[in-house]
Amino acid sequence: MQPALIVSGLTVSFDGETVLNDVSFEIAPGESLSIIGPNGAGKTVLLRALLGAAPYQGTITWAKGTRVGYVPQKIDADRHLPINFKNLLAAKADVQHLEPSDVEGVIATVGLTERMLMTPVGHLSGGEFQRSLIAFALLGNPSVLILDEPTASIDITGEQQTYDLIHRLQDTHGITVIVVSHDLSFVYQYATKVLCLNTSGICFGTPSEALTPDALEKLYGPHKYFHYLPRQNAEGNAQSHAHRHGSEKDIS
Amino acid sequence: MTEPYSIALAILAAAAAGLVGAFALMKRTILAGDVMSHIAIPGLGLALLWAWDPLVGGGMTLFIGILIIWQLQKKTELSAEAAIGVIFASSVALGALLIHSDEALVDALFGGFKNLSPAEFAFGAGTSILIIVALWLLRNKLIISLFSPELAKASGIDVDRTNLWFLLLFGLAILANLRFLGALLVGSLIIIPASVARQLTHSLNTFLAASVAISVLSMLIGFFVAAHYGIDSGATVVVTAAGFFILSLLKKKN
Repeated sequence: MQPALIVSGLTVSFDGETVLNDVSFEIAPGESLSIIGPNGAGKTVLLRALLGAAPYQGTITWAKGTRVGYVPQKIDADRHLPINFKNLLAAKADVQHLEPSDVEGVIATVGLTERMLMTPVGHLSGGEFQRSLIAFALLGNPSVLILDEPTASIDITGEQQTYDLIHRLQDTHGITVIVVSHDLSFVYQYATKVLCLNTSGICFGTPSEALTPDALEKLYGPHKYFHYLPRQNAEGNAQSHAHRHGSEKDIS
Repeated sequence: MTEPYSIALAILAAAAAGLVGAFALMKRTILAGDVMSHIAIPGLGLALLWAWDPLVGGGMTLFIGILIIWQLQKKTELSAEAAIGVIFASSVALGALLIHSDEALVDALFGGFKNLSPAEFAFGAGTSILIIVALWLLRNKLIISLFSPELAKASGIDVDRTNLWFLLLFGLAILANLRFLGALLVGSLIIIPASVARQLTHSLNTFLAASVAISVLSMLIGFFVAAHYGIDSGATVVVTAAGFFILSLLKKKN
């Protein structure tokens, strides 16, 4: 099958400083790629390059006809902005010449309530805001969904719901997912591929292949990576996939 | 031309200002816009000097100012704000040097309702209608861009071009109201009604409608009060708008 995305020799520099160095990987359609790495590792820069929003060297090849939906890490919405997601979804539908039924479709898929749709964006909870952003990204029927730390600003319940939603989209829509995550339990639960990034690509493969103690030590520093592992994995069981609903949160 | 035409033109211009102001407030570029109106002053001075129509002179320097601010907005450093401040101050100073007659200076700064030629009426009405229609067509791109430029780009919107269009419409709204309010006060009919509307409303459409309504009401009330008491109309319009603002503060928003 034709890969959904091939990245080869990707290098990004800002003002002479190399932020990404010779990163290569590829993923198949319908796969879920997790990008992990410490702060400042170039994860967001990689996403920006994939979106064509940062200048780069090397090649990024999307499969023909790829449509990308993007969920950014954080939007500092003005609390007083008199705009709600009903406005934003309608605006995007108009700009992209979509039908009203497309808007209703993503609202149903993501499970946005009328209250969430009508609440000004600055008054939504972190989880509601995140779901709404995912609905916005899904409008236009993307084949690839890119998410930058989708659970950074929400509580644990919201986090599980967001991950379940992303996973459901993969199952039912066959959507390819690329997600930056600090959360290794998510990687073990849902990712089919993982890319460890610290300016250079340190490991790449299925989580069980790629996330060796050696790779994690290289990525996060000696003895630090245990903090990032789900408990059952940290206890010497690091190769196994956790149960979807059985993961415990113990990220410090 | 007679007073009814002048009033009709003022209503249209005020509606355009209210709509532009509502989007400017959401974009948080409302102060840059206020600075923009002052850039018209040296143009008014040049027009007086060379006996042109004041709106031609004002429009000319406004257009240059818009291009400068558009470029500066792409940079986010403090230097951009400093540069806008410098443009503001030097425009006012340059205008004062160019405009020798005190009476002409007062008109340029504070405006007033003067007689209209049919051509001026047609140009003014056309400009205001153009602003309103263009903003309506641009509204969805603006809404997404002001929410998140990053998302707008990912949705296929040319954010730079959208910003330039908006600034041009902002400049036109200043021109349309310059005759009535003058360069010093015209910014306030863009800022104040939008600020009042934001105090009073929660949803996008009511916000836009309220901003337009308060702008038009301020213009009308100011005009009639000024005519009744024989006082300066531009200033009366702005004081009326400021009165609405104070009243709006009394209403607590949840």
